[in-house]
Amino acid sequence: MSGPQLRHVGLNLHGSDLLEPGEATIGVYGFWIFLMSDAILFALLFAIYGTQLAATVGAPGPQAEFKIGPAFIETLILLTSSLTFGLASIAMKYDRTRTSLVVWLSITLALGFAFLGFELNDFRTMISDDATPDRSGFLSAFFALVPAHGLHVTAGCAWIAVMLAQIAVFGLDDRVKLNLLRLGLFWHFLDIVWIGIFSIVYLQGILG
Amino acid sequence: MSGDVWFWLFGRLDAKALPFVRAWDHPTLSEFIGAMAGGMVVVGAVVLVALLTWQRWWRPLFLDWLTSLDHKKIGIMYVVIAGVMLTRALIEAVLMRTQQSLAVDAPGIVAPEHFAQLFSTHGTIMVFFMAMPFLTGLINFAMPLQIGARDVAFPLLNSISLMLTAAGAGLVMISLAIGDFSTGGWSGYPPYTGKAFQPGVGPDYWIWAITLTSLGTTFSGLNFAATIYKKRCPGMHLMRMPLFCWTALCTSILMVFAMPPLTLATALLALDRYADFHFFTNDLGGNMMNYVNLFWLFGHPEVYILILPAFGVYSEVISAFSSKELYGYTSLVLATMAIGILSFTVWLHHFFTMGQSADVNAAFGIATMTIGVPTGVKVYDWIWTMFRGEVRFTTPMLFSIAFIVTFVLGGFSGILLAVPPIDFVVHNTVFLVAHFHNVIIPGTLYGVIAGYMYWFPKAFGFRLVEGWGKVSFACWVVGFYLAFMPLYVLGLGGMPRRSQALFEPDYRPWLIVAVLGAFILLAGLVTLFVQLAVSVREREKNRVPVGDPWDARSLEWSVSAPPPEYNFATIPHVGRRDVFYWRKAAHGAYKPADHYRDITVPRNSWVGPIVGLGGAACGFGLVWHIWWMTILGFAAVWITVIGRSFVRDTHRVISAAEVEATDRAWLAQVSGAHPIPRQLEESPKNFGLAESFPAPVPA
Repeated sequence: MSGPQLRHVGLNLHGSDLLEPGEATIGVYGFWIFLMSDAILFALLFAIYGTQLAATVGAPGPQAEFKIGPAFIETLILLTSSLTFGLASIAMKYDRTRTSLVVWLSITLALGFAFLGFELNDFRTMISDDATPDRSGFLSAFFALVPAHGLHVTAGCAWIAVMLAQIAVFGLDDRVKLNLLRLGLFWHFLDIVWIGIFSIVYLQGILG
Repeated sequence: MSGDVWFWLFGRLDAKALPFVRAWDHPTLSEFIGAMAGGMVVVGAVVLVALLTWQRWWRPLFLDWLTSLDHKKIGIMYVVIAGVMLTRALIEAVLMRTQQSLAVDAPGIVAPEHFAQLFSTHGTIMVFFMAMPFLTGLINFAMPLQIGARDVAFPLLNSISLMLTAAGAGLVMISLAIGDFSTGGWSGYPPYTGKAFQPGVGPDYWIWAITLTSLGTTFSGLNFAATIYKKRCPGMHLMRMPLFCWTALCTSILMVFAMPPLTLATALLALDRYADFHFFTNDLGGNMMNYVNLFWLFGHPEVYILILPAFGVYSEVISAFSSKELYGYTSLVLATMAIGILSFTVWLHHFFTMGQSADVNAAFGIATMTIGVPTGVKVYDWIWTMFRGEVRFTTPMLFSIAFIVTFVLGGFSGILLAVPPIDFVVHNTVFLVAHFHNVIIPGTLYGVIAGYMYWFPKAFGFRLVEGWGKVSFACWVVGFYLAFMPLYVLGLGGMPRRSQALFEPDYRPWLIVAVLGAFILLAGLVTLFVQLAVSVREREKNRVPVGDPWDARSLEWSVSAPPPEYNFATIPHVGRRDVFYWRKAAHGAYKPADHYRDITVPRNSWVGPIVGLGGAACGFGLVWHIWWMTILGFAAVWITVIGRSFVRDTHRVISAAEVEATDRAWLAQVSGAHPIPRQLEESPKNFGLAESFPAPVPA
């Protein structure tokens, strides 16, 4: 193959038969565009949340409902999962055996589940306090923004599970690598969104 | 007990949902009209099924078309959707005009609720299911050919986009026969579309139809942008692309950034309606201004999503039929991108009267007027392109010229509306209706029709007959002026928009002129279909297999008509703008390749149709609260998508020998064809090979 060398972080796609030259770069590029679109969705959800912050209309407000402890633990879990995904990417690039990749992906998946568990527990506590979205504009905005992120994490977890299955079936072929790279972008993106949620929703709510 | 089973199976569906039953219970003219419309959908569906069965077209329909990942076929299917939806929405427009012309101090023929559904579906369809699919179809068809690519960046995603749009259009059509549609206008402002005021299924149909198509459009935008950035052929620098590709790029960027606000607006409205959230309600901290801002954050860029591709079509058409290179290419590119950016800075002018301070209004008014500047640049560029060109008045060219004149008028009324004090006076009157039809009809509809006629011979290998085209053109232009100029007068006279009945006798003469215009517009559509039918019947006379009937300039004309599945036997190399034109001038066109290679193309896939069907089922279930159907549809979508990621055999190879044989057969046709001069391009002698002229000496 004398085509242009395909260079991508975490990918060894050169000399590939399966992908047409350039298909890998296009695949990643398209996913970046998707993430931009998704980022706008979250930006708008944050904006709505900002405008609805004062609309508590007698229902429980941020200071009554938000607990710094669980939110901080969730942050630690999700940031760690980004680290473990990074290690999975490095394993994909350098490790010829698949074991370490599978191990790091599995740890990431477990951390994702742990995060979701804590988050669901938060929601359960709020609902048992009667802090439900039908009571105020503020709670509506909260229950749109934070679960939207949670749904993304759920999708990310499902995606990791699918990729683990694909590694078992196909090994590390080019499409598996490409999808792992895209999944990595997605996972780190969710981390960035969560940092916004932790700062704007939880820290501002508790301290502000 | 049996009620529980019924609800479990059919949700809130009951016999009253059928317009036929409603017409039986309340035999009024309005209900009969509704039942007739529903009947037309049912009869249309039955006739279609019968025809497909009778002609044994089911297999080709699915195997050659619906499962195809070929960007050209997907483009054509988009245009078919647009044609069907245009027919419905135009009939609705005629019905509304008829109602208003009869309803001066009289009840007319359509009840208020029914009238409100008419203007809601008319607007929703024209924007989301006519204009958007039409232009997406044209981009799909022409853009990859123009940049020398074999397909779009993500062919399967392209098919999914198409099917999601089709699913949305399907929901709107189903609403005619089962249930009713929203009465909240195409913009669906809450709280009126909230549960408190419209507990029925109408707004839900609107929400899910829009959600499906806005997801499809986001994916289309992503796909086109990635295609234009990454799939251009060697040498096709950005500044060498045909202008249509620039406008397609700008529209794609707008789609990526402007569709999420719409998706979010409809999603939050759905949360309000389904789960008792309080985003836009009147009580408990809801704030409908959030909806208005979200909607127009999408809605204004949307205007340019609609108009820019048409600008691209005009640039291609005017250049080709003036036999000249596009004047001021760079300024057109800059103007396009400037419009793209400015389009995000003006959304507030859609609600000047909704409580901002005068300073805020002034800022947005000025920003709005600023958009007139790049648009003006474009108009002058097109005029200069025609200047001293050898202009041929084919139908697409006539549409382009009518566009320039009519669109400038619409732009003027837009500048008036951009002045907040004037907007306060005429807002919510038919002056506004006149204005936006005056920009969108020439700015989008004329453009997509011109594009359809311009690229039709490329897509199907034969030209459309010119005679019927010109009749249709005359109807569209005369009809437009008669239908909408009176609305300016009526609007200044204070006639509110969306009125089912009127109480001012002085309006009547103007309304009668307007309904006359609406019927002439309908004649424009009918003649368009007649033109298509006649052209298909006389196709042998108008064949242009060589593929260049208009002596045009860009790469899509350098291949056979219709083009092979893989577009180009060998990927072209480009050294300048208008490369095909200069190749012809230098006698470098129509040459066989040095050697041919195997070509890999994507296999057909059922994923798109299944995702579309699943999406439609999910939406229909949500509308009627048939939860098993919702879950089933949703699961079908995701199981299919995940299942597909396990399929590795997604491509097939067309052998070099086959490519070479096809190419040489076509080249033999080329050398057997007689080149015709431009003056004879409308005659049957036109075989698609243009007489080439020696390269002119640069001035």
